[in-house]
Amino acid sequence: MDQGVAVTNTSTEVRSGRSARQVNTLPLLLPAVILLLLWSILPLLRTIFYSFENYNLMTPPAVFNGGLNYRYLFTDISTWIAIKNSVVLVLGVLAASVIFGTLIALLLNNDFPGRNIARLLAIAPFFVMSPVAALIWKNLLLDPVSGLFGWFMTLLGLHPIAWFSTAPMLSVVMIYSWRWIPFATLILLTALQSLDTDQLEAARMDGAKGFARLRYIVLPHLLRPISIVIMLESIFLLSAFAVIYTTTNGGPGDATTTLTYLIFIKALNDFSIGSASAAGVFAIVLANVLAMFLIRAVSRNLQA
Amino acid sequence: MAKLILQNVEKRYETFHAIKGIDLSIDDREFVVFVGPSGCGKTTLLRMIAGLEDITGGDFSIDGVRANDIPPDKRGLAMVFQTYALYPHMTVAENMGFALKMAKVPRDEIKAKVAHAAAMLQLDKVLDRRPKALSGGQRQRVAIGRAIVRNPKGFLFDEPLSNLDAALRVQMRTELVKLNKQLQTTMIYVTHDQIEAMTMADRIVVLHAGIVEQVGSPLELYNNPANLFVAGFIGSPKMNLLEGVVTARDDQHVEVKLDDAGTVAVMAARIAVAPGTRVTVGMRPEHTALVSDGPIGGVADFVEHLGNETLVYVKRPDGRQMIVKADDLAGVRMGDAVTMAPKGDRSVLFGPDGKALLRREFHLH
Ligand SMILES: Nc1ncnc2c1ncn2[C@@H]1O[C@H](COP(=O)(O)OP(=O)(O)OP(=O)(O)O)[C@@H](O)[C@H]1O
Ligand SMILES: [Mg+2]
Repeated sequence: MDQGVAVTNTSTEVRSGRSARQVNTLPLLLPAVILLLLWSILPLLRTIFYSFENYNLMTPPAVFNGGLNYRYLFTDISTWIAIKNSVVLVLGVLAASVIFGTLIALLLNNDFPGRNIARLLAIAPFFVMSPVAALIWKNLLLDPVSGLFGWFMTLLGLHPIAWFSTAPMLSVVMIYSWRWIPFATLILLTALQSLDTDQLEAARMDGAKGFARLRYIVLPHLLRPISIVIMLESIFLLSAFAVIYTTTNGGPGDATTTLTYLIFIKALNDFSIGSASAAGVFAIVLANVLAMFLIRAVSRNLQA
Repeated sequence: MAKLILQNVEKRYETFHAIKGIDLSIDDREFVVFVGPSGCGKTTLLRMIAGLEDITGGDFSIDGVRANDIPPDKRGLAMVFQTYALYPHMTVAENMGFALKMAKVPRDEIKAKVAHAAAMLQLDKVLDRRPKALSGGQRQRVAIGRAIVRNPKGFLFDEPLSNLDAALRVQMRTELVKLNKQLQTTMIYVTHDQIEAMTMADRIVVLHAGIVEQVGSPLELYNNPANLFVAGFIGSPKMNLLEGVVTARDDQHVEVKLDDAGTVAVMAARIAVAPGTRVTVGMRPEHTALVSDGPIGGVADFVEHLGNETLVYVKRPDGRQMIVKADDLAGVRMGDAVTMAPKGDRSVLFGPDGKALLRREFHLH
């Protein structure tokens, strides 16, 4: 009897609790929503608006010109080159940081004297600002006359090459990789340390050694952090700018002009706000499509 | 087949001597339980047998072959971890078949063996699930299944039931014992729960601070504890221990004058103990009776009615507690003055060094 009464009591409590939670929460959200609108949606709307105008800073005023900016954008070969460059840059750096990040993390996860210092040094490049990183590479490492790479090549009896003119995209990818491999290392190393030791010992009892252990136990465990690395790095790399600006200026020709850099050129070299805005809107659409796929992939991983 | 022999086996960590020389012989098909208080070295010893921990001294052999340096996967022993240690990204079937896959067993054979083990453990319906989607008891069974599939010579369990609720624990307890009979393999089982030890073991190994205190069948340990440590550790509620001095003896009994109490007679037919020796008399609560005019006095401090029996916690004049297991009709109330006496010649005598003086043969009918 007592129990029956108690049960009904709790169930009515739960029900009333639920209806209490159904109050209109919109007024409470409103301040945040308004702030967000002002900060991000208004500039976006403004950009969309400009993208339909012939708006050049040298020849004001701006006039509506329909979809002309977009027509020029899509018929211009340099747009497609810029997209290709962006893809090469993002994929190149992602591949390097996942592969080398995993390898370095696996190495640093071992016990050896001076491990903490090695870890610190391995992570350090991530804390160097992009323009500084770019200058270090440009002047100290890749410079054909005074750079370390050139010196090595002469040691080997080769001719030092001018990296930024012979292999411009490779150079940019190298510099960005140098900055982002440590990030991947950091995340993957933490993940490795959270791998259950009992699981590793069970694998030892099951006879999984060396490569089999890596293949069946460690890498599956790293799948989730790797997908997080891919997502975060893609977002940052799509908007990569500073290194290109500091080293190649998008050149030679358009060899290193990514979509981001193209928008910069249009807006601040050609003062063509209209066509820069059109390219910007296009970049936003592309980035969102990519983000959608990435988030879906990652969330599938998180559920598994 | 697995006969395991440990000879003076030791484990020294850099700063700590965890296992201090253990001699132990475990027979084929035996169910042996390691029991002892926390930190006594049960897990360490089990891991040394498994090969997960180096043996720093002494010899360990499996079926007559020295095994100190054989890697864990080649010892033919399977381990079930307390945390189960299932591989989260593999299905139940993949988890169970993993060791065979590593041993390059053909796929069909793996499948057949996994199916066989799964049927035995009632896991057939969940073979395609990930460990995350299983209940605690099912996970436990998968961990056992993973061990069974390897067809090992012996199983090693490290507190495998401690994460389960009480009802499931009791059920799994009997299932494990059945499994031992069914598979006809040696099993070593670690626990700190002495009830688990008593109910499951063929033989119990009582460990304490890195040494073996006593090895024997559950009833041997219960009736003839080798020393005060085992006496206090095995049995629940705990054995009552009372100190006193031997005053007289005849050919069957010695008389002991207890401190703060009268004289009790203890059956001691085949032991030599001279009058004047200080001894400790051990009386289990169930072998202690509430009587009128008994030699041991006190006040009933607390009375627990368990239905079929009654536990009476008696406070002695010296402040120490004694427990009496009386029948359900004992009309004792809190605060009553009571007197007690040992019952039925079942008391045990310990010498001044804490070792048992009395080693009776106990025959089961
Ligand atoms: N790596 C190590 N270095 C130093 N001492 C250790 C190490 N591992 C364990 N010990 C010590 O060895 C002793 C035995 O540990 P062990 O894990 O075998 O205890 P246990 O009997 O399994 O206890 P529990 O019932 O709590 O699981 C403990 O005192 C522990 O502190
Ligand atoms: Mg333990």
